[in-house]
Order: sequence, then structure tokens, then C-alpha cells
Amino acid sequence: MTVSRIGRPRTLALLFATGLLVSACGGAKVGEGSDGTATSATSGTDGKKPCGAVNIAINPWVGYEATAAVIAQVAEKELGCAVTKKDLKEEVAWQGFATGQVDAIVENWAHDDLKKKYIEEQKVAVAAGSTGNKGVIGWYVPPWMAEKYPDITDWKNLNKYAELFKTSESGGKGQLLDGDPSFVTNDAALVKNLKLDYKVVYAGSEAALITEFRKAEKEKKALLGYFYEPQWFLAEVKLVKVDLPEYTEGCDADAEKVACDYPLYDLDKIVSKKFADSGSPAYELVKNFSWTNEDQNLVAKYISEDKMTAEEAAEKWVGDNPDKVKAWLPTG
Amino acid sequence: MTATPASTAGGLRRLPGWSRRYLLTAVVAAWVLIWVFVQGRDTFQLGGAELTPLHLRINEASEVIDNGRNDNPFFLYFVNYIRLFLDEAVTFVQALISRPSFGRPLPVIGWLGVVTVATAVALLWGNLRVAVLTVAGFASFGLLGLWEESMDTLALTLAAVVISLLIGISLGVWAGVNDRFNRLVTPVLDFMQTMPTFVYLAPLTLFFLIGPASATVATVIYAAPPAIRITAHGIREVHPATLEAGASLGSTAWQLLSKVRLPLAKRTIVVGVNQTIMAALCMVTIAALIDAPGLGKTVIKALETLDVGSAFNAGLAIVIMAIVLDRVTSAAGRRVETRYRAGRSRGPGRRRAGIGAVLAGTGVLVYLSHTYVWAAEFPSEANLGPYVRRGVDAATLWAQDNLAAYTGAFKNAVSYGLLNPFEALLTDSPWWLIAAVLVVSAAILANVRVVLVTVACLALLVALGLWQDSMVTLASTLVATVLVMVLGVAFGVWMGRSDRVDQLVRPVLDAGQTMPPFVYLVPILGLFGATRVTAIIAAVVYAAPVAIKLTADGIRGVSPSAVEAATAAGSNTWQLITKVQLPMARSAVTLAASQGLIYVLAMVVVGGLVGAGALGYDVVAGFSQLQLRGKGLAAGVAIVVLGIMLERITRAAARRADAEAHGAR
Repeated sequence: MTVSRIGRPRTLALLFATGLLVSACGGAKVGEGSDGTATSATSGTDGKKPCGAVNIAINPWVGYEATAAVIAQVAEKELGCAVTKKDLKEEVAWQGFATGQVDAIVENWAHDDLKKKYIEEQKVAVAAGSTGNKGVIGWYVPPWMAEKYPDITDWKNLNKYAELFKTSESGGKGQLLDGDPSFVTNDAALVKNLKLDYKVVYAGSEAALITEFRKAEKEKKALLGYFYEPQWFLAEVKLVKVDLPEYTEGCDADAEKVACDYPLYDLDKIVSKKFADSGSPAYELVKNFSWTNEDQNLVAKYISEDKMTAEEAAEKWVGDNPDKVKAWLPTG
Repeated sequence: MTATPASTAGGLRRLPGWSRRYLLTAVVAAWVLIWVFVQGRDTFQLGGAELTPLHLRINEASEVIDNGRNDNPFFLYFVNYIRLFLDEAVTFVQALISRPSFGRPLPVIGWLGVVTVATAVALLWGNLRVAVLTVAGFASFGLLGLWEESMDTLALTLAAVVISLLIGISLGVWAGVNDRFNRLVTPVLDFMQTMPTFVYLAPLTLFFLIGPASATVATVIYAAPPAIRITAHGIREVHPATLEAGASLGSTAWQLLSKVRLPLAKRTIVVGVNQTIMAALCMVTIAALIDAPGLGKTVIKALETLDVGSAFNAGLAIVIMAIVLDRVTSAAGRRVETRYRAGRSRGPGRRRAGIGAVLAGTGVLVYLSHTYVWAAEFPSEANLGPYVRRGVDAATLWAQDNLAAYTGAFKNAVSYGLLNPFEALLTDSPWWLIAAVLVVSAAILANVRVVLVTVACLALLVALGLWQDSMVTLASTLVATVLVMVLGVAFGVWMGRSDRVDQLVRPVLDAGQTMPPFVYLVPILGLFGATRVTAIIAAVVYAAPVAIKLTADGIRGVSPSAVEAATAAGSNTWQLITKVQLPMARSAVTLAASQGLIYVLAMVVVGGLVGAGALGYDVVAGFSQLQLRGKGLAAGVAIVVLGIMLERITRAAARRADAEAHGAR
């Protein structure tokens, strides 16, 4: 018994191995053939300045990935850079400037605290201009609600409808569903200062928010929640923004007393000081890069709905938009 | 009642069990009564973005560490070398099995080679059955279309497990022979196992930079404690008589350890290896947030677009890896045991020949996979991933369309019927009332030492400035633990009484333990909404398997003669379970409860991601926003403190109940 236990596999393995050896004779060998020639990533094109390695942080949301993929695509194909994408949460990505492991963050949502720390105090990062995308943060309702209750989009009417938004989580008040903790929220203060009969419930993640909105639209349930654009989900369900008291410069200075809407965010790019000073053509590319919300939404749609990889999506968009790409390339 | 309500905890020790139950009921009744009059006072409310001075001070302190990183010798010499070593180790394994390396477009060993090596290991250390399982398991990574990702995960897991075991087994042996060190290390291990990873993930990348080293360290922090605990337990379990016999033969302390204790504890240590592997695989997705390569990245990416199918596909690969590694190590452990019991009986010559054949065959296949493309790169035509994805997507959609009404009703029933009143009782009570209730309960249930621990923990909770959030989390935690125990006892008894059921249910339990929560969060969010119930269900999915397994073990451990005697006396099945098997497995059930509780607490942060708010949300927010970092850290500590307090009370209560049961018999 004990012998056969090892013995049988042995014979099997030997038979198998010889069989494989015989059949393998005609197989292609590793390192040969069409893709065997090593692609030289570092050789610059047209005798321009060589690009070298670029580390781009990838923050975990689709819009960011769309922007980063397009920049990476252009950097690799047009400038011959060797791009490394690093999947990182925002704060960890900023830390990467200090440790020299991240060269660029290509879609930054304000983050004044991080700017202060890494740009002003540690002086390891510099701003590299707007991405051209405008970030909107606010309170949204599913489209069916805006249709049925047209006046709901004015915050003054929210108390009238508070009853609709009651859930098991909101303790007898209307529920205001807050989202991803990565984003700054003034919602608790807003509810208090606007004297709204609502309670902030923390959904805790983007996935939770999107699932809830998707369900609310499908089942015609009431939902008021924190959301933002550009965001791929808005192409699926066109959420309607509720107007809070208009934002004016400085109205959100005191976090406790804030009683106005969120500002319009100019999404920007941040690069490491080292990268900016290196004279790399990739820095020029990052600095020049600019596109519209529609552009990003399109690439994001390729990724989220059409299930392309970020690389495929970027390749397609770059192929379709040669003029926009040309404007980003370094001159001279 | 012989002793009237005694004023000291020492006096309470003489109380019989039943009167303790009445006392506890009286305490709860008094609590509710007082609550009616004083609710809403001294509840320590703190808004989402509000900070206490302590949180700000933690922020400042971490700033100082951040800024001093570059010129601190501790970093320059110590940490940097560890980082270099870890990075190199992981990169080397990756070069072998997952990444193009040494100027080749493919890794050194191709898929066929990896499958063969794994199978040979399973065959030589385990048995034929697990070897077949290994072939099937490893092949399925390729069939799911995730070969490279799986190999990255395997590389990282192996590196982390080896390091965890090196540290864990040596510290475990020390803790096994040295009581003082054991007492010292236990709270540290509690801390490592219950402190949410999110709290130290960002700082880790400052110490060990972004890359494999940070991911490995994060994994080791979570995976080493079980190895330490279980090794120490195994060393301790060695019967004193055996040791005395050894000592009387003139063995030195070192000989006693290496010749008596270690060999006798070997089987238990293999269980530790097992648990370490499972724990390491739990970290795969979280480590992906700091760029750890592998399956975790696939899960996180899929979550961004709520792509349940792709997330499940990758999660399935993680589960398969866990099951293969678990079964192989378990088989190796059993083999150690049988060989120990039976002595060496097998013909050594034949065995050696067998080993030689396996090694030779492995060598041939590894060479093939090194040289030929077909054996190096998993054929992409054999990709079943899309089918899995589509199937899961369809199932999710069906569930959401057809079950949402029932699950919604269930959610409302649990929330309004149980959770909301209980939470109101906890959060609206003044802090001093809750503190009093807990201290008195600890005094009734446990002993003076536990009372002191409870007082210290309560003081810490107050000091951390997150009292109310802690109470919200406590409410959900207790409800989840009750559900876990209901499942634990029901399924545990069922499994413990039938080996066939055990075989059927166990893989499902393994899946529950190792399937990354991120995979099933979206479907359960669809069913239960962004609510505390969703968080509770996620916690139950993760924690119930442990409780079930432990209970089943206990039931199986009940002596057959007791069962036979009861059957002969005419007991029916129900009587047999409730009067014989469960009472005799009491200590296993209480162990299941305390482990279940710890596992539930481990999911508090995941709960924060799906609508549970409170401490879990605070931790996640602290990970995401710089100015909330201090608060996040405080919340992490609060979770640890809650865990330690509850665990100490239940354990002491269990020990006491046990002692009483034995005393009465």
C-alpha cells in the first residue's frame, strides 16, 4: 500500500513527462519569436531628450484612472517613457512625494491640508496646473424624485419632504446619506446650520453610495445623498443636484458655521519637486495636460460600462483625439 | 441565597450560578429603569469632523515622526535594511513565478513548473488526495484567467508567511517556556490582532516605503500572532509528567525543549502554521491599497465600477488558494502525528526511490516550463473567467430583483426590533451609568482582576473622546455576536454529529473566512442598503465560520461512551444534544463565543464602509484624511479596548462557569 502510493504517481509522472518532452519538440521557446525582441522603453524618439522612468500614482476611482491612463499612454508611445502606475490611496500617494516614490498625482481634489504639508512645509511637491476638469460636490436626488417633486431641488423645501427620507438608520428624521470618507464633508454642520430636519448617515464608501442610488432609481425609493461629478455613474443614472445656498468666497471658512454650498473644485495635478526639476519631457506632458469633463466621462465609460482595461480605453481615446494630444506634447 | 449581595467581588465568588443570573437580570433592569430618567445626559457626543485635544496631539506627534524620517538613525540603519531585505525577498520570488525577469519576457518558472512543484510538495509532505487537490486548485488560477495575479499573491503570501513563522514560532516557544514573557506578550498580540489595519497602513508606507516591504510587514503584523499563540499553547500543553521524566534523566533545559517539548508540540504548531496562512490571505485586498501586487488589486479595481463578477472571480481564486494551502498543511500536520505515533515503519529505501522519482519528474516539467512558451504562459484560450463573471452578475441581479423585498423586511425587523432600542439604551445612557453596569456585571461574572481591567478600559474609552461612537459600535458588535453564536451552535452541532455534513459545509466556511469582504459588499449592499444590518451581516459571514468550526470540534470531542450511555437510557436526539453534548462541550462553545467576538470586531472597519458609521467610519476617515488621522488612530485603539474588555469578561465568566459545572458534578 505505502509503496503504491508513491509508486503510481512516479510512473504516471514519468509517462507524462516523456509524453510532454516528445510533444514539446516543436513548441516555441521562451524569448524567441515575434515578441522576443526586447522593447527598449528608454530610447527617446526623434533624438529628443530621453524620458526615463515616471511613477504615476493611481488613486482608486475610475475618473482618476481614465486621466492617468491617457497620460501614461501618451508618455509611453509619444515620449518613450517607462511609466510605472502605483495603486495608492490619496494620502499614501502624497507621502510618496516625500519618499521619492511618486512623481505625479494627476487628479487632485483640493486637499488643502496635504498641499500645505507637502508643498509649503516639506517643499517636496509642486502644483502642475489644472486638469481642465471641474469637480462638483453636493447633495443629489435620483431623477425620478426631481420629476415627481420638482421643487425638491431647492434646499428650502427639503424639510417639507423630510418624512419621505426616513429610514431605519436616521432616528425619525430624514436621512442624508454621506459617502466616501476621502472627501471633505461639511454635511453635519450644514444640516445643523440650515436647520434641516435630517440626520447624516455615513454610507462609508463610494460603492455603498452608488448601490443605494442605483436601487433608489430602480425601485423609486426616496434618497438624498452626497455625490460628486465627474463620476462614471452619472452616465448611468443622471442624478439631480439640490441647490444649497450659493457658495461665496470664504463662506466655508469656519467649518462649524458653514451654511453654503460646496465650491466648484478646479481639479489639478501635483508633481514631485524632483520630477519638476528633472527637465523630463513627461513633466511637460503632465503640466500641459488638460481636457474636459466630457472627455474624462467618455474614457471612464469605456472602463466602467464597456469593461475595457484602462490601457485599452486610453488607447482608443488617444487614437480618436490626435489634435488634443498634440497640444500636450512638449515643444522643442 | 447563602451570601446576601456581598459588597466585595471576593464575596460574590461564593454565589451559586443561578443566583448570579438573577443578579445580572436585576442589574439590567436597574439600568433600563435609571435610563428612563437620565437618558440623553453626559453622553459625550462628538460630530463627524469634530476633534478632541487628544486627537490633535496625535496628529502633531505623527507630524513630528513624518518630518524626522530622513535624518533619524533608526530609519537610516535599522528600518531601511529590513525594507531592503523584504523587497529583495519578495521580488526574487516574483521573478521566479510571476514577473518577467532576468531579461526574459516571462518568469523563470512557467505555469506548468509551478503546478508541478506545488503538487510535488503536496505529495511528499501530504498525501495523494491533497496532491490532486493542488493540481486542480493551481490549474484553476489559470482557468479563471488570473495566473499572474495569483502568482503575485502567492509570492507575497509565502514571503509573509515564512517571516511570520520565523518570528512566530521562536517567540511562541519563548512564550511557551517563560510565564513572564507570555503574560507580557499576550496583550501585545491582542493589540496586533484587533487593531484595524487601516490605522497603520499609511504610516507603514512612511517607514517601509511603497512596495512589497510595506505589504509584507502589514501582513506579518496580522498573521504572526496566531503562530505565536498556538505555538505557545502547544509547548504549554506538553504534560508535566513527561517533562519530569526528561528532567530526571538529566536532560538540560535545552535538551528538554528540543527533544521533548518541540517534538510533542509539533502537531499543534502545524495548526498555527495553518492559521497564519489563513490570516495572511485575509490581508490580500487591504494591502492592495498600498500597491501590493496580485489578486487584491483586481478586487479593488472591480469595486470601483461595482463589477461584482470580476471581484468574485478574483475572490474565488483567493479562496481556492486558501483551501489548497490549508488542506496541504493540515495533511502535513496529520502525517507528522501519525508518524510520531506509529514510528518509522515504511521501507526507507522504497520511499527514497519514490521521492527521487517525484523530484526527477518535477525537474523535467520545471525545465519545460522554463524553456517552452506553451508550458510557461498559461494558454489564454482556456479562460473560464468570463463565464464565472457573467454567472455571478446574473445571480446578483436575480437576487436583487427577487430577494430585496424580503431582505428589506428583515433589515427593518432587526433594526427597529432589536438594534435601535439596544443602541438607544447604550448611546443615550450617561457614560457613568454604562460604566457602572459594566463594572458590576464584571464583578458578578468574573473576578477582581477582570473588574480592574474593565475599569481601566472604560477610563481609556472616555479618554479617547469617542465614547458615543464606541457605544454605537458596541451595540452592533453584540447583536452580531449573538447571531454568530446562534449559527455557531446550530451548524456546529449539525457538523459535529455528522462527518458527511462536516465535509460538505467546511469548504463553505473556509470561503466565508477567506473571501475578501469587498467581494460580497456590493451584493449585500444591494440587498440590505447602506445600513448597520449590512455591516452586521458582513461580520457574521466572517465570524460565524470560526464559531461553527470550534463548536463542531467540541461536539466531536464529547466522549462516545457518554453519548452511548445517554442513548441507552432512552434519550431522543434533542435530549442528547441539549442535555449531554452541548453541556459537555461547554468550554468549546465559550471559546467559540470569545473568538467569534474578536472576529466580529475585526470587521468593524469593513462595517464602516457599508453604513455602520461609528468607530469603523472614524478609522476609514482617518486613513483617508490627514486632519482626521489622530481621530482614526484613537478609534482604532477604542476598538482594541472594546475587544480586550469584552474578551476578558467572557473568558473569566466561562472559566468560572466551567469550574462550577465541574465542582457540581
